[in-house]
Amino acid sequence: METQVLIIGGGVTGVGLARDLSLRGVDCTLVERRDINAGASGANHGLLHSGARYVTRDPAAAVECRDEGRILRRIAPHCIEETGGLFVAVAGDDERYAADFPGACRRAGIPCRALDPTEARALEPVLSEKLIAAYAVEDAAIDPFRLALDNLSEATARGGRVLLSTRVEGFDIEGKRVRAVRLRDAATGERRRIAAEVVINAAGAWAKEIAALAGLPLAMTWSKGSLLITDRRLAGRVINRLRPASDADILVPGGTVSILGTSSERLDSLAEIVPTVAEIDRILEAARDMVPALERTRFIRAYAGVRPLVGRAGETGDRLLSRGFALIDHAEEGLDNFLTITGGKLTTYRRMAEKAADLACRKLGVRAACRTAELPLAPRPANRWTEAGAGPRSWPEASRAPQELLLCECEMIPASAVVEVCEALRLQGARPSLYGIGRRSRVGKGTCQGAFCGVRVNAHLYDRQLLSGREGIRDLRDFLEARWRGMRPILWGTALAQEELQEALHCGLFGLDREEASCPPRP
Amino acid sequence: MPAPPLIPCDVAVIGSGIAGMSAAWFAAREGFATVVVGRTGGILFASSLLDLLAVHPLAERRLWENPWEGLARLAADEPGHPLARIAPARIREAIDAVAAALGACGLAYGDGGNRNRWVLTALGTFRPTWRVPATMEAGIAARRAGAAARIVSFHGLRGFSARGIVECARPSWKALSAAVVEFPRAAPGGELFPERMARALETEAARAALAEALTPCRQGAAALGLPAVLGISRPAEVHRDLEARLGLPLFEIPTLPPGATGPRLKEAFERALAQAGVRRILGQSVVRAEALATGGFRLETENRDFCPGIEARGVILATGRFLGGGLRAERGRVVETVFGLPVAFPEDRDRWHRRDFFDPSGHPLNRAGLPFDEAFRPLGGGGEPAHPRLFAAGSILAGQDWVRSGCGSGLAIATARAAVDGLKKALA
Repeated sequence: METQVLIIGGGVTGVGLARDLSLRGVDCTLVERRDINAGASGANHGLLHSGARYVTRDPAAAVECRDEGRILRRIAPHCIEETGGLFVAVAGDDERYAADFPGACRRAGIPCRALDPTEARALEPVLSEKLIAAYAVEDAAIDPFRLALDNLSEATARGGRVLLSTRVEGFDIEGKRVRAVRLRDAATGERRRIAAEVVINAAGAWAKEIAALAGLPLAMTWSKGSLLITDRRLAGRVINRLRPASDADILVPGGTVSILGTSSERLDSLAEIVPTVAEIDRILEAARDMVPALERTRFIRAYAGVRPLVGRAGETGDRLLSRGFALIDHAEEGLDNFLTITGGKLTTYRRMAEKAADLACRKLGVRAACRTAELPLAPRPANRWTEAGAGPRSWPEASRAPQELLLCECEMIPASAVVEVCEALRLQGARPSLYGIGRRSRVGKGTCQGAFCGVRVNAHLYDRQLLSGREGIRDLRDFLEARWRGMRPILWGTALAQEELQEALHCGLFGLDREEASCPPRP
Repeated sequence: MPAPPLIPCDVAVIGSGIAGMSAAWFAAREGFATVVVGRTGGILFASSLLDLLAVHPLAERRLWENPWEGLARLAADEPGHPLARIAPARIREAIDAVAAALGACGLAYGDGGNRNRWVLTALGTFRPTWRVPATMEAGIAARRAGAAARIVSFHGLRGFSARGIVECARPSWKALSAAVVEFPRAAPGGELFPERMARALETEAARAALAEALTPCRQGAAALGLPAVLGISRPAEVHRDLEARLGLPLFEIPTLPPGATGPRLKEAFERALAQAGVRRILGQSVVRAEALATGGFRLETENRDFCPGIEARGVILATGRFLGGGLRAERGRVVETVFGLPVAFPEDRDRWHRRDFFDPSGHPLNRAGLPFDEAFRPLGGGGEPAHPRLFAAGSILAGQDWVRSGCGSGLAIATARAAVDGLKKALA
């Protein structure tokens, strides 16, 4: 098999690249070790930054966010909820920092409007009574899964190829060029080679590992960020703490829930990316000053992502490393057709893809210009199920259809949605599995965390001949184990009672704890 | 208006799960005026299988063919385990007595003897248990004989795929096959609910219609496996009748809860308690408990119009764990909800649960609970019994992991027996 550009990494940058290149008429193939958005692209706040967050320490990044935010609102409005955002300081916060904020916004050209604390509390009653300053900004919420899946759908519709669950094992290098990429299918173990004219390493936190396979050094540090999901939406707007970036300073609405975070913790290896009890406690203790109700809120789960930061952190800490991205042409190090694009933010993914595609096209001698800033991203029906609220909205219609069963009661997902998602998986070359369905819909995202819907979805897949043998048992185990990573640090109160039920069901009644150990999750 | 008088009794059992219901039944059979009070919770999720001991030690995943041998090993390894503190003969006697009482109330059980049985589940896995409801027994025999069994599911019953069960169970039961039928009088395409199906099958007309629907499924089958929906109040009768109509053995497969087996168990217990003369104040949790100078207790429930309060000479606490409401976890600690009794739990929350959900050793927090003395009295802060007439039974007791060990109902019933034995001495 051959391709013009081989993209490594199915995060939002990688799928953005696939769309960008296929719009320019470049033949491309994307390979992803696990599944779409399996790394930081799927483990963030889902925040479309206005840029206000960065005005003080990185005005260039602020402007980039502002401009990209405007483009995304134009091309992908269906992935965005125009929530607006607030920056708030509470008694005890650095008052000088708060006072400097509007000036810094003005200098960077980021819209910002001062609010009276009383007015801010009227807008968001969940805010603390101890508010001392508040500003309104143009933050919004964005669904990173729908965004990535729509990018991918458009790329594949234009002839781009995607290989999920496929690991890069090495590169065939001749002189100063990569000739081919050696791959291994994680599910079947099958090996293959794809010849490529240009290789783009968009592996996010794993970019260093990929570069090393090509014998290239890449200075990179990793910062883990953990976040918490509440069982309901606490605020209409994005709420930012108005102080130098710290733990737990942003609360972002995500459809029917709110997402709180993030912590920042240096990682030495990527072996285990999980939220810890200590991080969660730290986040909660910091956040209650801003939103006291968090002390009494039920949490659904926690999750963690890794920020890839190119360069080495100084003594001032990881937060101050640029959140800007890095585009590296490895020609200087001896490989003419190998690029790395990493770092950056969800908000600027399109721009990252554009810059990397520009460079790739120069190397290919392709003249076509980038069109992703103008051409709207087409919403694909099968990708709409990632949105919290899509299930409940579809239900009045679906419930009138014959043969329609609600497979997930927490998120009201009808059987037809699961079947539609399985078809989308098939088009992406992946077999139907709870893991893949969970990434493309709200299955497993509610309070049961897959304990009930996992069983119902599997039974439905068996009935439709979409599972065979003992696949369902292995998938269910993997799915519950993956959900567990996020449940473990928030198990107290009602969540713990729910966990007890899950354990009684799956280990007690079904004896899944005694089933043979399973393979790692696969799509 | 004067406040209505408190309900007087010898024994108040707080908690209406398997442990609470068993304790109330044992207490009443000892001749005590007994009240059971508790909210209805976990029992509705019960499978109605009576477990004794399936796995020990957990980390080795050692499965016991003979649960009594397993118990002996458990007693040697973990002398603090609640089941290690009760004589095996007393355990057997207690479970036999409760199984017989449930049988007399419509929920019959097969013999236990010295052997665990492997029951086929709705996931197509097999799980070991000791006493199997009579409606599920034919499946054990059919599997042992390698008989050709047909698993039948119903359009609209979610989480139960006959094909899925067959695909998953086939490695250990080759001669399985699957069929799907319409449940009689179900709305086309509509959802089915096990409890409603089970209640419908208590009528003869529904059974006749079901037998007709199942007739084509008999072809080439030596036994039929169905989701556990064969009746609520008279499962034995529903099962017998359907077997007679179809002319071959039928067995039930426990479903994803909430199913019919939980309500079935709850109703059988309630009938047994009624027959034993136990006063039942259900759907109410105890919100306040007070030790009286007389040596007894005053208990206050949520709704005082419904229950003016209870005055008891002795109390058995069987409120369960987090799901049952007996324990409540806050971010850094675990509390007992009725009396505020000391709870043993790992101090560091990071040690409550292991990294892997399916870690065979089980989670340390699962062993949290009330420390207790040889008479099953929970301990107070100083290591002495918290109160001479306060006893505890069931999963609230510390030092056991009933889910992973597969000893839940056995633990509930045996510790209920032990708590009543203790209370009997204390009240003498």
